[in-house]
Amino acid sequence: MYCNLTDYHVVLSIRMSTGLNDNEIISKVLSGDHQAYAGLVSRYQNYVFTLTLRMVKNREDAEEVAQDVFIKAYKYLADFRGASKFTTWLYTIVNNTCISFLRKKKLDIHSLDNENVFEAADSQDSGMRANLIEQKSKLAMVNEAIGLLNPDDAQIITLFYKAEQSLEETAQVLGIEINTAKVRLHRARTRLKEKMETYFAQEVRDLN
Amino acid sequence: MNTQHNMEESLWNFIDGTISASEKTVVEKLLQTNADWKAKYSELLQVNELLQSSELEAPSLRFSKNVMEQISKLHIAPATKSYINKKIIWGIGFFFITMFVGFLIYGIGQINFSAGEEVSWSKNLNKIDFSKIFSNTWVNAFMMINVILGLVLLDSYFTNKRKEFRKEA
Repeated sequence: MYCNLTDYHVVLSIRMSTGLNDNEIISKVLSGDHQAYAGLVSRYQNYVFTLTLRMVKNREDAEEVAQDVFIKAYKYLADFRGASKFTTWLYTIVNNTCISFLRKKKLDIHSLDNENVFEAADSQDSGMRANLIEQKSKLAMVNEAIGLLNPDDAQIITLFYKAEQSLEETAQVLGIEINTAKVRLHRARTRLKEKMETYFAQEVRDLN
Repeated sequence: MNTQHNMEESLWNFIDGTISASEKTVVEKLLQTNADWKAKYSELLQVNELLQSSELEAPSLRFSKNVMEQISKLHIAPATKSYINKKIIWGIGFFFITMFVGFLIYGIGQINFSAGEEVSWSKNLNKIDFSKIFSNTWVNAFMMINVILGLVLLDSYFTNKRKEFRKEA
């Protein structure tokens, strides 16, 4: 049924850790049950992958970065003191790893009004305008519109709406003040609304 | 533009629940009486609902397995606090505080307080002579040690970078 012994162990660990909370799984891993870590990977892989994808904009790179995030988190798991939620700590690693990756790729993620970023994001989905005729589900439309945002905007929206982080936790992950996070989130939503109105005018009209 | 911006900001705060009690009352009143505010509110509420219902992306099916295979070759690093010796940090702090207090006592000891009120503090401070304990030779020696330490650190940094580069290659 399973390809090999590793597959079997991963599946078994995921099943065994289903009823445990994050801190209990971490305690198990730190006490030597390394396979228990599969429970955390399985629980948060979609969240971490979505965050990395929204920042690096490419599935292959996002998967590589997401793997790197889980490996770093495992390596430094003993440094997690439980002062915050595990996810807040994990998403801080996501943020730092994505920033390092983007720096290596020489993308300027800090310039909110960098036209190149917008142009790059726009060109990544060149077939989208042509596909506008197709009826898209509104969920797919939101995901595509978020994909058109610059990495900073896409990240804060994903953290706040999809990664179950409060405004305070979002600010903590990004290493900024709560008020700054509030302003950034507000600007990101405004820009998302503009993107939806520009690229998905028909769908937006259908929603109203 | 500014009014529009403020309206949106207040409405987002209202939707997020981060609005102050006094502002909340004002917004609630405006939503009942002002058509523009009402229209904008329903527009933003729709965006908010769309964002809440957006989907998570899933990585490839091999993702968990790949991570577990990679971590099987690794060891969990000991917690940072277990290998950072706090005594060393306290020692460095103690050294600098002692130096600072020592200089302060030495300097204050040289001020002539009996000279009367007409002698200002600035004049007194100018007369403090640190040359006995803080000569050019000492400063130069201190700077030289710092430069050597800096070069050693730079050398180890480049050595590590070279190792990383070779490993990646």
